[in-house]
Amino acid sequence: MIELLAAPDQHALCDATSQFLGRTASSAQVREHAERGGGIDEQWWSVGAELGWVSLLVPESLGGGAVSEAGLLDLALIAEQLGRHAAPGALAPISAAVSALADPTAVGAQRELLDAVVAGQKLLTWAVHEPDEAWDPTRPRTRIERRGSCYVMNGIKDRVEAGDQADHLLVGALLDGELVQFVVPADAPGVSVEPVWALDLTRRFATARFDGVELSEDQRVRSDRPAAQLIETQQQVLHVLQAAETAGAVGFVFEMTHTWTADRFAFGRPLGSYQAIKHRMADMVTLVHAIQAIVRDAALAVSHGDARASQLARIASLFTATRSLEIMQDCVQIHGGIGVTWEHDLHLYLRRAVTNRAHYGTPEELRSSLSVLLDQ
Amino acid sequence: MPYAVTPVEDCSEDVDTFRERARLWLKSELPLRKAERESLDDEARWRHARALQARLFEGGFAGICYPTEYGGQGLSHDHQRAFNEEARPYELPTLLNLPSLAICLPTILELGTEEQRRRHIPAALRGDEVIVEFLSESHSGSDLAGALTRAEPHDEGWVISGAKIWTSSAFAGDYAMCLARTDWDVPKHKGLTMFLVPVAHPGVTVRPIRQVNGNSEFCEEFLDDVVVGPEAVLGEVNGGWAVANHRFYYSRTALGGGNPYVSGSHAESVAQSRGISVGGADDLRALAARSGQQPGRLPEAVVEATVMETVRECLADRITGGVAAGVLPIEAASMMRLFHAQTDWACVDAALPVAGSYLATGRSTDDADSGAFGEAYLFRQATSLGGGSTEMARNVISERVLSMPREATADLGIPFKEVRRGRS
Repeated sequence: MIELLAAPDQHALCDATSQFLGRTASSAQVREHAERGGGIDEQWWSVGAELGWVSLLVPESLGGGAVSEAGLLDLALIAEQLGRHAAPGALAPISAAVSALADPTAVGAQRELLDAVVAGQKLLTWAVHEPDEAWDPTRPRTRIERRGSCYVMNGIKDRVEAGDQADHLLVGALLDGELVQFVVPADAPGVSVEPVWALDLTRRFATARFDGVELSEDQRVRSDRPAAQLIETQQQVLHVLQAAETAGAVGFVFEMTHTWTADRFAFGRPLGSYQAIKHRMADMVTLVHAIQAIVRDAALAVSHGDARASQLARIASLFTATRSLEIMQDCVQIHGGIGVTWEHDLHLYLRRAVTNRAHYGTPEELRSSLSVLLDQ
Repeated sequence: MPYAVTPVEDCSEDVDTFRERARLWLKSELPLRKAERESLDDEARWRHARALQARLFEGGFAGICYPTEYGGQGLSHDHQRAFNEEARPYELPTLLNLPSLAICLPTILELGTEEQRRRHIPAALRGDEVIVEFLSESHSGSDLAGALTRAEPHDEGWVISGAKIWTSSAFAGDYAMCLARTDWDVPKHKGLTMFLVPVAHPGVTVRPIRQVNGNSEFCEEFLDDVVVGPEAVLGEVNGGWAVANHRFYYSRTALGGGNPYVSGSHAESVAQSRGISVGGADDLRALAARSGQQPGRLPEAVVEATVMETVRECLADRITGGVAAGVLPIEAASMMRLFHAQTDWACVDAALPVAGSYLATGRSTDDADSGAFGEAYLFRQATSLGGGSTEMARNVISERVLSMPREATADLGIPFKEVRRGRS
């Protein structure tokens, strides 16, 4: 587990999600769900919402509440469980979007939408990537203009997670050069959403086009913080939760492989009795602990608003994304031929980890961002 | 289990107050760290370190996590961390950390007699005494329990004879923790005893070993009929392997991070114990700044090294916390040892692209640093060898943390005298 010394409340939170996933997201169920096209099952998500998936980052005054003093760590423990099941869902971008709306100053439409999202009745996602653009959510190409008392949005967001299912999209844009965020209803005139192919079998992605979409003042995200700061926090939430999910996936794959090395015999002895295998397992378990450690510390730092939060969140994402794939591919190797078959579950996790590596900042992009951040 | 350091909530002074007091004291009492490398000879370096340690002791900042009855401050690991953060700009006696203050002393605290504790702990915290370790032997690098140095009963206690090697800074030590065989008729782990031997004893000869980087931090020692009293036994007679196992924990955490008895920079302490003057990501950042490549952007290799250092710290906290809470076995510290070596490699390797072609010559006659990175590179594998090889660490992790089958051995369960030691 990411939190080696979890408090009883955190254990209870995890157990509830873990039991729910055990009932609803076995590998057979995940595969069936994929056959039916994947995506987020509304009823399933609303149970998740009852289990705290959407409310942990929301202050108590706005109807949410964490179980520890670090809401993002609590939520990371849930992301880890989802990763262990390669479960459907879009926890990271949904949570990032929720963290933007969950501002103490939230009133009116923003507050109403937040309530509906926290209750699991509405789906809100962060449409953050733009076509062919490098990762930098603070420099969108999407434009917004004032027209009378309204606004008009033009632009394209792609690789939008749960984009074809979301009721609302959180969209960053420039308004006369100023960074702003708006909540755009998916059914607003001028919005078109087109699903795209996805490597992950249960997660769905889409391209969202905004052609002269009219928006009102109360669809603009209100916050007592400048948009760039708010978006920095959203990014940190994304990095931490995505890394936590990958940590869960790689932790599970490692455990599966550990069991395999005891069960599988070659030349009359267990695979795990060969030093060539033992040493690789030692390297892997060390890396798994290292991943869990950095994700946990990054979650804490972001929760507490530490000065190092922006560094730690990026380091957690970069380290987890690259190292998890090294581990997973080595686990495939140790499984032998069965490891590259459709029948074996390994690829469900590998698909998840590769997808997570690709979204919300590749390790290459984060390394580039850190080369500036760490030099300050 | 490791000796329990005072938990932060039981401390007489809260961390913030302590930090403030440390900040003021450091500013007025300790010299700032020098920008250039020092070219002091060994004797002067050790004299200087002992003097700094004495100043820390007088100021009430020596042995922050050691109990007050032995001259320490009785404070928590968080206090030590706060001190380390505040002490970053200053020169600290990090030379004394490995092995004296962070490996030998906690082992004595944990397993020593009351007399041994009172004799050695306050003296070491005052800077009056340095303890080193006589462990490895030339015929068996990683197989520490295969020691051939013998200790025979004697009228005055014991007489020890044999040869030891790879001892860090033996020439600077006052006492050495020395592992010797006291019973040849039992299996290898069961016939060992740990002794505290005075290094200045006439029967002890210390010879420095010149390393590939030109320094001589490691030594070999010859013990010829070294007579010690019964009070020299640390732990039980024939219980030396248990003592060794406890010191492994402190050594792995001292190397991997998370050892509460390391005062000052962890990276610097490790580098000092190896006789190298550069190594960490801070040094790399300084090198990158001097090399003037892409101002405002760190080279990717330095980012990667910084990532590893950051993760290493988090991993050290996780594992020491897990061991202290009993949810991880004590051998989990070997994961820190392994990750530490990989972090060091990342740092040493990063210097190659950053120093570029100046790695081999330095930028000018007064630029020792580029060259220092070149020398550090020659010595790269020392980090995965010293303190037990990373191959041994992988065995320990797979067998003790993952419960995988043990390696076949031909020396278990038989009297040590019957164990084969060569082809014949």
